Amino acid sequence: MSIREDQNRFKNIVKGKVREEFKRFVTQGELIGKREDEYVKIPIPKIDIPTFRFGPKQNEQGVGQGDGDNSGQPQQGQGQSGSGQGEAGEAPGEHLLEVEISLEELAEILGEKLQLPNIQPRGTSQLVTEKNKYSGIAPVGPEGLRKFKQTYKKALARYISSGTYNPDDPKIIPIRRDYQYRTVKKTQSPHTKAVVIYMMDVSGSMGEEQKEIVRLESFWINTWLTKHYKGLETRFIIHDAAAKEVSEDVFFKTSESGGTLISSAYKLCQQMILEDYPTSEWNIYPFHFSDGDNWSGEDTRLCLQLIKDFFLPNVNVFSYGQVESKYGSGQFLKDLQKEFLEDERITLSQIESRDKILDSIKDFLGKGK
Amino acid sequence: MANLTLELEAERKKICQIAKDCNLDFFETIFELINYDQISQFAAYGGFPVRYPHWRFGMEYEQLSKSYEYGLSKIYEMVINTDPCYAYLMEGNSMMDQKLVMAHVYGHCDFFKNNIWFSKTNRKMIDQMANHATRVRRYVDRYGQETVEKFIDTCLSLENLIDRYSVLNAPDKFKSTSTQLKESDYIYNVERQYMDKYINPPDVVEEHKKIQIEKMQSKLKFPEEPVRDILSFLIHFAPLDDWQQDVLTIIRDEAYYFAPQGMTKTMNEGWASYWHSHMMTKRILNDAEIIDFADHHSGTTFMQMGGYNPYKVGIELMRDIEDRWNKGKFGREWNECDDVREKIHWDKRLNQGRDKIFEVRRIYNDVTFIDEFLTEEFCVKNKMFVYKLNKETNKFEVDTTNFKAIKSQLLFQLANFGQPIIKIEDANFENRGELLLTHVHEGLDLQPNHMDQTMRNLFTVWKRPINLVTIMENEGCMFRFDGKNYTKHEIETEKKPENVD
Repeated sequence: MSIREDQNRFKNIVKGKVREEFKRFVTQGELIGKREDEYVKIPIPKIDIPTFRFGPKQNEQGVGQGDGDNSGQPQQGQGQSGSGQGEAGEAPGEHLLEVEISLEELAEILGEKLQLPNIQPRGTSQLVTEKNKYSGIAPVGPEGLRKFKQTYKKALARYISSGTYNPDDPKIIPIRRDYQYRTVKKTQSPHTKAVVIYMMDVSGSMGEEQKEIVRLESFWINTWLTKHYKGLETRFIIHDAAAKEVSEDVFFKTSESGGTLISSAYKLCQQMILEDYPTSEWNIYPFHFSDGDNWSGEDTRLCLQLIKDFFLPNVNVFSYGQVESKYGSGQFLKDLQKEFLEDERITLSQIESRDKILDSIKDFLGKGK
Repeated sequence: MANLTLELEAERKKICQIAKDCNLDFFETIFELINYDQISQFAAYGGFPVRYPHWRFGMEYEQLSKSYEYGLSKIYEMVINTDPCYAYLMEGNSMMDQKLVMAHVYGHCDFFKNNIWFSKTNRKMIDQMANHATRVRRYVDRYGQETVEKFIDTCLSLENLIDRYSVLNAPDKFKSTSTQLKESDYIYNVERQYMDKYINPPDVVEEHKKIQIEKMQSKLKFPEEPVRDILSFLIHFAPLDDWQQDVLTIIRDEAYYFAPQGMTKTMNEGWASYWHSHMMTKRILNDAEIIDFADHHSGTTFMQMGGYNPYKVGIELMRDIEDRWNKGKFGREWNECDDVREKIHWDKRLNQGRDKIFEVRRIYNDVTFIDEFLTEEFCVKNKMFVYKLNKETNKFEVDTTNFKAIKSQLLFQLANFGQPIIKIEDANFENRGELLLTHVHEGLDLQPNHMDQTMRNLFTVWKRPINLVTIMENEGCMFRFDGKNYTKHEIETEKKPENVD
């Protein structure tokens, strides 16, 4: 049906729009609530063809029908469009339209926009799986697997090389030795497994806005990593003075109060990695978000120790994002910077506001690790 | 082609006969039974099976099929104005619904065939549309999809710049008159020579001559008279490639084909609803279906508080007219009667109602229909009112139930069928080949951001600066797009746009 063509065309135009206004989509987070497995529903304004038309004043007046009271108080009528004639009566506001875009496409747009390099999985050589694919060609095989095109090409080549090919009467008849068949070929593909461990400070100083920023960041990081690692696993840790593992849902909703001991989260993360994710097989991405307030200098020293001795040698990249908050001192970032500024294996990013989310994603993913 | 089930086909025959018995006169009507996906496709294409390729149809389809899937809306009836008429029934609707739709469709078909505003429409539009599609596809092959689609976007942006009242006239010809001044233009014919110097005194002759020359010069203005059919003007005079000219012609033809439907929406729906209700209740329904029918019918003609439903206003007005002409509630005697009691019991037993509504469906359009037949009694009976936005509470409130106000508001909404009136005033503005448009301001400003974009689109067609004179926030002003910049100018008093013709 030809309407499918028009529909695809329309969808392409929409994707173009999403590309154009990507920053808005990233910072407003309208996407995340609309996630459905592989697809994201993106609300976009109805694409309107401009015409000379009446402005919005049109709707301030109109004829209605109903129990309007003649004498007494003016009654309330509904703001339904006035005329209903042709296009004129339609409400002038923006119509919202939802369009489905697959996560993969979204990741591509993200990569394109931020010019992100592809991720080089660690230890590709260590793990290899073998797969059988019908991508080979053999001169013998069952008739059902005969490749007509290849067979024809071979025959054509034979005709031309033997000088019997006549362009005016291009008749090609394959003979037995031209026949080509599909055959099994073993392909070796690197087996990549990856896990992202999100850690977030949920102490009293982290507000709603800060958590929303973390939520947006983690959505985009997941989208990007999923593109590179099939079957990406995600784990979530929240901490104040103590750390615990929670579900994704809880992760974004919890609000605790009390002090902050960052080392508690790092210890839990370490334990998680040691138990479930042997470093020889897994690509590991710990992300830690906090407002940079830590209980004591001693605890900070413990954290630095953990990062240096355990995380850096064992994970792909250790990422720390500091969300600006009214109450946080932001000291932790400075401590990290002092210690690891030159180290390639750690990424530090400061996120002052929503507008900086894209920059921060670029910080995190720009190294291609 | 029809693929109705035996049961439906039997009903169709029956209803067709009943419609004929009611003196409805229609082209042969072919019903097709299709599923919701197909009906969404047809609806996106405006009822036609094939249209030229354009993303807008894809968008419509996406919305229609989604809103059906989510259970938000359902298309019951679709019929196109062709000979034979094609109408679509949706699979899975109840038998009562199908019968209702068929009865309703015969009403529309009768209206298409007999209403004068449809008399010049192409009844072979299915072929024509397919032909358009082939032509556009050929251009796509030759010039590339992006190029052609972009140009179609531009054309669609100008689509409403047609002269809706010209559907009855022959196509516009842009005639050029001679620019030679003849003696007879300024000297009166004199039969007796000796009277000459009294009839044509030299100083008066000089004066006349001057006036005539001025008139002549103003005729050099191009176009001579302001042009409403802007699309036709562009087709003739804009510097377009052949294929672009053809695409613009296609868009214009289709716009004119659909124009009468916009001009008679209230009447058309009213007429069809009048007949489906008449035929269903009198002849078609069986006892078991009556509740469903009442439910469905009242759903269609339900007027939302404060809304305007063309089905409802149309059917009520039709019934009112029938009643008035049955009882003789018209003419001088009726108008001059002051006695309310007498008026209530007025009945001259003329029984001219049926004939009258048949006449109405033949020669009226929505504007003349409302203008002529909306009466004060009708407004009171149907509790009509004008609502207004109360700026303090930001809520819509009943402003007045005054008959004159209601009528003028309704007519205002219908005037030019909801589109602003825009004319080409001068195609050689300032003697620089610029286009000067005037918006005939009737109390509503144009939407600024759309105006900007549309003028840009017009520029890509005309390729010279575009000027538009209008009133914006009570100030006469001229907007100008010169290919790079979009500017607003104050205008001197003499260039003020004329008020309503």
